[in-house]
Amino acid sequence: MTTLDTSTPVAVPPKPAFTVNWVRLAPFLYTIGLFVIWEIGVRISGLPHTILPTPTRVFEAIIQYWSPIWKNSLQTLYTTVLGFLIAVVAGLGIGLFIGWSKTIYAGLYPIMVGFNAVPKVALVPILVIWFGIGTVPAVLTAFLISFFPIVVNVATGLATIEPETEDVLRALGAKKMDIMLKVGIPRSMPYFFGSLKVSITLAFVGSVVSETVASNSGLGNMMASAQSNFNVPLVFAGLLMLAFEGIVMYALMAWFEQRMTGWAHRSTMAN
Amino acid sequence: MGRTFFLCWGLGMASPLVSIENVDMRYGGPSGTLAVSGLNLKINRGEFVAVVGPSGCGKSTLMKLTTGLHIPQTGAVIVANQQVTKPVSIVGMAFQNPTMLPWRTTLENILLPLEIVERHRHRLRAHKAEYVAKAEKLLETVGLKGFGDKFPWQLSGGMQQRANLCRALIHEPELLMLDEPFGALDAFTREELWCVIRDLHASQDVTIVLVTHDLRESVFLADKVVVMSARPGRVVAEHDVPFERPRQLELLYEPAFNEMVQKLHGEIATARAAA
Repeated sequence: MTTLDTSTPVAVPPKPAFTVNWVRLAPFLYTIGLFVIWEIGVRISGLPHTILPTPTRVFEAIIQYWSPIWKNSLQTLYTTVLGFLIAVVAGLGIGLFIGWSKTIYAGLYPIMVGFNAVPKVALVPILVIWFGIGTVPAVLTAFLISFFPIVVNVATGLATIEPETEDVLRALGAKKMDIMLKVGIPRSMPYFFGSLKVSITLAFVGSVVSETVASNSGLGNMMASAQSNFNVPLVFAGLLMLAFEGIVMYALMAWFEQRMTGWAHRSTMAN
Repeated sequence: MGRTFFLCWGLGMASPLVSIENVDMRYGGPSGTLAVSGLNLKINRGEFVAVVGPSGCGKSTLMKLTTGLHIPQTGAVIVANQQVTKPVSIVGMAFQNPTMLPWRTTLENILLPLEIVERHRHRLRAHKAEYVAKAEKLLETVGLKGFGDKFPWQLSGGMQQRANLCRALIHEPELLMLDEPFGALDAFTREELWCVIRDLHASQDVTIVLVTHDLRESVFLADKVVVMSARPGRVVAEHDVPFERPRQLELLYEPAFNEMVQKLHGEIATARAAA
């Protein structure tokens, strides 16, 4: 039940030096496998480039259009990360506010759910009326779509403080503020950092949707114009870049989570 | 400070630390469940009182009334000569669930009450070393010497419960309230911790109220065993435990001890049947 040593809890049997760590390699092998199957499938079926290009054709497109792809990727990354950062600040703030009291929680929760249910693409035209096309609506859409998971997670972390812990502290004369600072907020941090992984992915959805509908730059815009020119390999190149950026940001958030709240993983493991 | 009360001769005797007088406590509005009714109980300074009774008899309500987490609808709860209207900060509490905060080391967990209690929180930063030394001394008392910098999830259930006791005691409470603190432990660990509590009570100037289901535990540890009725809870009997201190675990196998346990068992069975 309890591990007093802090080293890895899984007993690793001694193994010969030259064995391949398949678990380590698996992500790369599987990705390569996917591209190989894709390549073979397209070649065998003889689908034209304008329907489904082969991966080699897509990589060719990436090299050929590297300059616009690079520029637009940076633009999308910029709007996404900016929207995401606003979502982190706002989500943390609103989450703490909602989790503060049961009344606020009960009052605001339905509003939040209703707000979250509205497809964000439907808000883009409104944002365009307010701010014009370009970077601002993309940032705001990324923000609007990604802040909800953060709010819900932070509020949940606060709302699930064990009643015994609260009793122990209240009996000592703790104010609501003390309980929040000493227990509530540290407790909600694993939930918060967990939600960042979901949020960053959603932020990409938001910014690309907005760029596709209402922008002159960004991967969404690039893909939309490539599509209208039947440059399907470039559309796929855009998709690959998005997937790449998404994976990198997700990994960054996962690493962040591990660094900040590793205790949460270890403590559940020990129980 | 506790000793000075023995010098008060208001009625020719020291006033009890806790006095519960004719208390009714109902949860959830006027038509809610009546948890305790006509509850009367006096606990003297330095006494070790165990509260036993059928499940759902309002033992936990008794805890919450005494600590001021609940304020009764009728009757009065008086702790240290003051009617309880808000949480009283002279208590330490420990529950069956150790509720150690997993992001703090054991030592930091034990120091937590000092960050809350008014009289310590402003001194804590400047006198950190003094408090840490005190916490380490407590850890040693409960047999956890050197475990202060471990995280709670690196400790076993019994060790966590020992640390929980340290946390309940760090601010030198006059009253220690224990709500089935050993309920989730195995028999051997439980007996070990009985001795820890016994020694704490003997060495520190503290009044202890122990809510428990375990009758042997209550008789082994307490000066006075209070039997409560089924809901709505009230006190049906109080027994002074005659066994001399310090008590050793061998006491558990003596006929007089078992006789008393059996008598309590019978009373609780009657209280259950009456419900």
